[in-house]
Amino acid sequence: MATALTEPVLAETPPATIEKVAVIVSKGSLEGVYPALILANGARMEGIEANVFFTFFGLDAIRKDRAAKLKVATVGNPGMHMPTLLGALPGMSAFATRMMSRQMEKLDIPPVPEFLDLLADSGAKLYACQATVEMFGLTEADFVPHVEKILTVGEFYDIAAGGEIIYT
Amino acid sequence: MATLEIAATPVEVDAEGFLVDPTQWTEELAEEIAREHGIAELTDRHLQVVRFMRERFFASGASPSVRALGKESGVPIKELYELFPKGPAKLAARIAGVPKPRGCI
Repeated sequence: MATALTEPVLAETPPATIEKVAVIVSKGSLEGVYPALILANGARMEGIEANVFFTFFGLDAIRKDRAAKLKVATVGNPGMHMPTLLGALPGMSAFATRMMSRQMEKLDIPPVPEFLDLLADSGAKLYACQATVEMFGLTEADFVPHVEKILTVGEFYDIAAGGEIIYT
Repeated sequence: MATLEIAATPVEVDAEGFLVDPTQWTEELAEEIAREHGIAELTDRHLQVVRFMRERFFASGASPSVRALGKESGVPIKELYELFPKGPAKLAARIAGVPKPRGCI
């Protein structure tokens, strides 16, 4: 004889909200950096605490000499829908970068250096990864002044504790 | 549709509490919405942002982004976050009685 199954009763949970995020930026191309900056800024706009950790080529985004010069990767980027050989032609990356920058400005998304100002002013905290800072032979003087500190991974996890971690 | 009753004049708000008709806005209403969202008193600086937001909305049909507020309202971004800690564009729009800003920045 079949018996009716009783519906499981779910325990009441508080409404899910995100209070804190840690965004890890590991890529140094323009299309690699923008999503991270947009996510961090979007968090601050909602009153969410945001910590941003720059590592490997992501460090380019906070380097004084490079932040304004990030380029779109036209080679090895299937999203470009462009044959690899074509993407490798001189000027192709510069062209794609100009196109993307123009599009971003239309959407009211600032260039990277101004974006870093915006993020710092919004209260997001920016950190550089110690291991890769050493690997590239950099010092604090190489970074924009918005960078709070150079941290080890462990120190960063301490700061990120209790939040969501977003890897880009 | 929910209504918000302030000073005996009910105004319509959407599901998120934004005014449906921005022309129903009054400064008194702004004070009330601000208090509900943890801002005890609207200072001149708050009102400067709120008024800019309304001007911009009526001129362009859209609520300005944080970036635009920082550049054009006369209140820098750092201060915007101090004035409206739980998200300057959204909270200022709510208090200004204009729709929620749609931009990501």
